[in-house]
Amino acid sequence: MNDNKTVSLVLDNVSHSYGTTSVLQTLNLQVKNGEVVVLVGPSGCGKTTILNLLSGHIQPTTGVVKRTGNIRTVYQHDGLFPWLTVEENIAMGLRSVSDAAQREKEKQDLVELIHLQGFENHYPHQLSGGMRQRVELARALAGQSDILLMDEPFSALDYQTRLRMRLELVRILEQRPRTVVFVTHDIEEAAQLADRVLVLSGRPATVCRELEVNAPRPRDLTGSAVIETMKTILTELGLQQ
Amino acid sequence: MNSKNITGSQKTLPILLPVLVLVGVILLWVIITYTNLFPAYALPTPGAVIKSFKEEFAAGRLMNDIIASLWRVAVGFVLSAVLGIPAGLWLGQHLYARQACVPMLNFFRFLSPLAWIPFAILWFHIGDKPAIFLIFMATFFPLALATMSAVATIPSIYFKVAKDYNYKGMELLTKVTFPSILPQIITALRVSYGISWVVIVAAEMVGCQDGLGYGIWDARNGLRLDSAVCYMIVIGVLGMGIDRVLAQLTKLPNVRWGYER
Repeated sequence: MNDNKTVSLVLDNVSHSYGTTSVLQTLNLQVKNGEVVVLVGPSGCGKTTILNLLSGHIQPTTGVVKRTGNIRTVYQHDGLFPWLTVEENIAMGLRSVSDAAQREKEKQDLVELIHLQGFENHYPHQLSGGMRQRVELARALAGQSDILLMDEPFSALDYQTRLRMRLELVRILEQRPRTVVFVTHDIEEAAQLADRVLVLSGRPATVCRELEVNAPRPRDLTGSAVIETMKTILTELGLQQ
Repeated sequence: MNSKNITGSQKTLPILLPVLVLVGVILLWVIITYTNLFPAYALPTPGAVIKSFKEEFAAGRLMNDIIASLWRVAVGFVLSAVLGIPAGLWLGQHLYARQACVPMLNFFRFLSPLAWIPFAILWFHIGDKPAIFLIFMATFFPLALATMSAVATIPSIYFKVAKDYNYKGMELLTKVTFPSILPQIITALRVSYGISWVVIVAAEMVGCQDGLGYGIWDARNGLRLDSAVCYMIVIGVLGMGIDRVLAQLTKLPNVRWGYER
């Protein structure tokens, strides 16, 4: 879907403030095609604002946001439409596919991809938190999507489900590669998932550390690559000597 | 543990208990009239009510009154739903319109619809129209206000998602806004149906020559309290029955989410 397309996502000297409160200060960010960028920072540091700028839901006070490609966001929770079934929610992502047979096939593939066969006609409130996030992911992957913005998608889940969902995400992205900007306060998550981690300072947010992680995915939580990355991030945040 | 017994009683109790209360109330009524605690002209006996029920039914009057009342409620109620829900949708989406109109809407909501009786009769004379008008005045404002506040409190995340997936204009309204408030609309419809069923009785006492309310008024004029009680029972039972029908709407699979969390 996004194989031969150049996808780009750029924040160029972007600052943003709500009224007199400055949330972002001259932020520069360039996301490469197919890259997984994870933004880590404390709550309230402006991570969600960055995603809203990237998706175009808000306009920056100063600076330029450039994007090519179709953007979809996966939210922390309640992003699914509760009046639609699993199947119908996924089909939202396929609205631009005009051929009905192809749409049906793609829908089935996605349900299989997230291992929810048999739950097609369930409503979101009948599913567990982890299942709901998988449906959100499938919906965001459906059809012409190039860039996934993920706004703490697993933070409302319990710890073990969160670990499982990280592995799921790695597996799913393996099959359907996308350019991903992932926002989280979870350092483990960043270390396990990212090609590149950007550590944000408190408000107004600026990037205080950029860090490449080259180890192949899936990465073991207790593996050296993850541990080393976590150490660096923790030190940067002043939480470890 | 005898789980079979528990599920058995769970099924029968909800039916058995209200039936017991009903039998108790009827028994109490029989005892009071039998012991002449009230004189016969002030409280009719169950026997007299059954007799008058048979009479009214045989004469065709009861059936005619039921149909007349149902028709007026249906027309008034549909009219206020057709106008009130869109009005609420519009107000919910426009902050300034909301700020401008809400005090006035609230004023009319708290104005008893019965206060409109003089105007109803002056403008629409006698017949279906004044009753329909009163039902409309009684239900339009609560319906519009309930729809409006439902729209105003739709979680903003739904609109963000809608934007990501290219819902615009009419499609946004019918596929996002409307389904997201449907559970609250169904509740508002049930509440305003309840109001209209109460109002129809009063409306028909003054503006009509038939209908369930007129039946009670007529019974009063003829000092036929047995007939009045017979009409009261019909009003209560029909009201409950139609509410049960409306309650079925809450069982639609695409609105269950609104009642289960």
